[in-house]
Amino acid sequence: MKITLNVWRQPASQAPGKLERYDLDGVSADMSFLEMFDMLNEQLTMEGREPVAFAHDCREGICGSCAMMINGQAHGPWKGTATCQLHMRAFRDGDIITVEPWRAAPFPVVKDLVVNRGAFDRIIQAGGYISASTGGARDANEILIGKDVVEEAMDAAACIGCGACVAACPNASASLFTGAKISHLGLLPQGQPERDRRVLGMVEQMDLEGFGHCTLTGECQEACPKEIGIDVIKHMHRDFLTASARRQEPRAATGGAG
Amino acid sequence: MLDLNSKIPSGPLEQKWDKHRFEMKLVNPANKRKHHVIVVGAGLAGASAAATMAELGYQVSCFVFHDSPRRAHSIAAQGGINAAKNYQNDGDSVKRLFYDTIKGGDFRAREANVYRLAQVSVNIIDQCVAQGVPFAREYGGLLANRSFGGAQVSRTFYARGQTGQQLLLGAYQALERQVGLGKVRMHTFEEMLELVLVNGRARGIVTRNLLSGAVTSHAADAVVLATGGYGNVFFLSTNAMYSNVTATWRAHRKGAAFANPCYTQIHPTCIPVSGEHQSKLTLMSESLRNDGRIWVPKAQGDRRPPSQIPEGERDYYLERKYPSFGNLAPRDIASRAAKEACDDGRGVGPGGLGVYLDFGDSIRRLGRTTIAERYGNLFDMYQRITDENPYEQPMRIYPAVHYTMGGLWVDYNLMSNVPGLHVAGEANFSDHGANRLGASALMQGLADGYFVLPYTIGDYLASTALEKVDAAHPEFRAAEQAVRDRQARFLGIKGRRTVDSFHKELGKVMWDYCGMARDREGLTKAIGLIQGLKEEYWRNVNVPGSGDSLNQSLEKAGRVADFIELGELMCRDALHREESCGGHFRTEYQEDGEAKRNDEAFAYVAAWEHAGEGQDPVLHKEPLAYENVKLSTRSYK
Repeated sequence: MKITLNVWRQPASQAPGKLERYDLDGVSADMSFLEMFDMLNEQLTMEGREPVAFAHDCREGICGSCAMMINGQAHGPWKGTATCQLHMRAFRDGDIITVEPWRAAPFPVVKDLVVNRGAFDRIIQAGGYISASTGGARDANEILIGKDVVEEAMDAAACIGCGACVAACPNASASLFTGAKISHLGLLPQGQPERDRRVLGMVEQMDLEGFGHCTLTGECQEACPKEIGIDVIKHMHRDFLTASARRQEPRAATGGAG
Repeated sequence: MLDLNSKIPSGPLEQKWDKHRFEMKLVNPANKRKHHVIVVGAGLAGASAAATMAELGYQVSCFVFHDSPRRAHSIAAQGGINAAKNYQNDGDSVKRLFYDTIKGGDFRAREANVYRLAQVSVNIIDQCVAQGVPFAREYGGLLANRSFGGAQVSRTFYARGQTGQQLLLGAYQALERQVGLGKVRMHTFEEMLELVLVNGRARGIVTRNLLSGAVTSHAADAVVLATGGYGNVFFLSTNAMYSNVTATWRAHRKGAAFANPCYTQIHPTCIPVSGEHQSKLTLMSESLRNDGRIWVPKAQGDRRPPSQIPEGERDYYLERKYPSFGNLAPRDIASRAAKEACDDGRGVGPGGLGVYLDFGDSIRRLGRTTIAERYGNLFDMYQRITDENPYEQPMRIYPAVHYTMGGLWVDYNLMSNVPGLHVAGEANFSDHGANRLGASALMQGLADGYFVLPYTIGDYLASTALEKVDAAHPEFRAAEQAVRDRQARFLGIKGRRTVDSFHKELGKVMWDYCGMARDREGLTKAIGLIQGLKEEYWRNVNVPGSGDSLNQSLEKAGRVADFIELGELMCRDALHREESCGGHFRTEYQEDGEAKRNDEAFAYVAAWEHAGEGQDPVLHKEPLAYENVKLSTRSYK
């Protein structure tokens, strides 16, 4: 089939960008969306033009590298599907497809369709872990975790860190990403000791990075390739309130008469 | 002359690691922070090593070419991780995991390394659970297990079909915790392009920043390469698109021996190629073989849809040929059996390059809900790619390159023959012999990173007098210049073929002559073809753009140049090994269609030394001594 692409081209972070039009002939319905981009890039290279820079790696929907705004939808028209798993059978002969990078101030464009998502790593650094240094763990079966609990934690843990939630949100909020990690760890018994610290640290970092506030629009869960639901945001808000309230209480004095 | 002393501790197998841990020198806590260790790569092995060493107090710098350490290819591992916990009470033990791994590797791995791997496997599960890895559980709250190929016990721990992801996120979170504490300096978008040796020791690396093109030197007391495998030499593989051999190949060119490069794992259950546009292949987890039955029609050229082929006209060839292991025969054996069926004209799907993986029986027995719970995400992925519904018709699968058992040679301490250069995870050759069992890659990556390297690097640092070296040293300057020169050369060729076109051509040569079946004539021919390809590459490749900004063609150009050189070495290794073992199947050496080893002549590790540009590589041998297991013909019948 024939496809017309309007692709965002931007040579560098600070340089202005614009949409450029490319015509592709001989696109197969069995191609993945990124294989269609491979075809475009081979064509551009042979014509002596610079290929389009785009992020990708595993092409199995799990590494979270790929990130394309396709006709205004993060990862395109298929629900629960990352860009790399989208196939050209989703389109028809003669379609015009506009492809842009994620748009959000905390994700600066590096070049063309590539953005820098380092902000997500910094949110994790602010508390998205359980402090369990290597070597001190007790036997894995000594911690009993109900099947339902672990399944719910796993639903949240499935996040691939692609940033589609931010790109889809009218406020560029990172609440789905942050809430997913807070839910994953906060649901498990191992995550309890640091539960308050975690939510306070991560939410503070999320704000520092310049992500917007959540207004429960729900676009994030529609765009999420792992179909993580906005319940995780509810979980984050609840934990944040509890932790904030507890933070107000003066700590018991240490030491004392002894 | 290379020093290939494996440094295996003396004493009984069961006590070697304990004894060694006691004998190793320690670095006192105050001195640890004076030592700087570079870790390249942040997959399971790299992230776990970097985090653990930082926890111990070392200064650690970690380098990845991705935008985040969470993108490493370990994330894509699906099925599970083995551990000798014996939670299922089915007769598992450290010794049994050790034996299964040695046998699965077709008796071409070191006993001592594999035994240690089996020993620490139990600690890995404990560590991961403590970090919050959501492994599957039973209703009572205990951990669940599944079975994997090459084993008759159920010892595989899993998190749906995303085990690699969850284990990697555990290690990534431990790493980010150390980054937040200021103990690890994380360098993203930074690709290692040279290893730097000073006075014969690995003292640092030279990297290129992928965004700015800046070439920078980084000095340290020790270097860890945890940069994964080289399956993408075949162009089409289940590896992620960026997975490459460059870090280890650059180290090889600086003196590190490359061991057993021809040992490649072809995974039996991948989605077949759909056309010329194909950029990569997608694995369907081996765990599917727990409930899926593999078959082809009994009659050649039977083009009926699977639903119309009656039970009696189907050949469940694995169950027929290997009744005791059935559909859970090891990967090399299952792959070859699929190839045999297709070569026999009984393959299914386009081009006859496929076999069925059928869930019909299991769905009838267990119900669709149970099957969806176990494999739902894999079924969805299959449907997105093929447009076929595996709940209603059998999957079509075909073998594809998946893992490389070969890698840089390392001793028992995971140190290469270059002092100070340590290699972990898939990047080393150490534990899987000629064939890796399913769910053992995750185990090895985390064993190396959490439980082996943090000890052995301490011993190296404590027992070595290291002079002060910084990035201004002439060796670093020279390495930086080499990186810039090579880059300028790529950009200056301005030829007529794209980097990808060369990569695809190399991949085809490798698949045709150094893939599932190899022979003397084909390998000899391949070496000539690859040499010709290399000559043309450096004359006719087209790398557009410049070196001072993000340039994905330039990145790829360097990786493909290294793949071409590696491809030739793989063919030479495969040619010299005149036997069949594990994933290395020489058609001249077989018995009733099964691999025929030659223990008298080939029970050794083949470690290749780079002899310089235009020179033939030099073969060195590390003999494999089996003191605890009896070498036998591997049988899964």
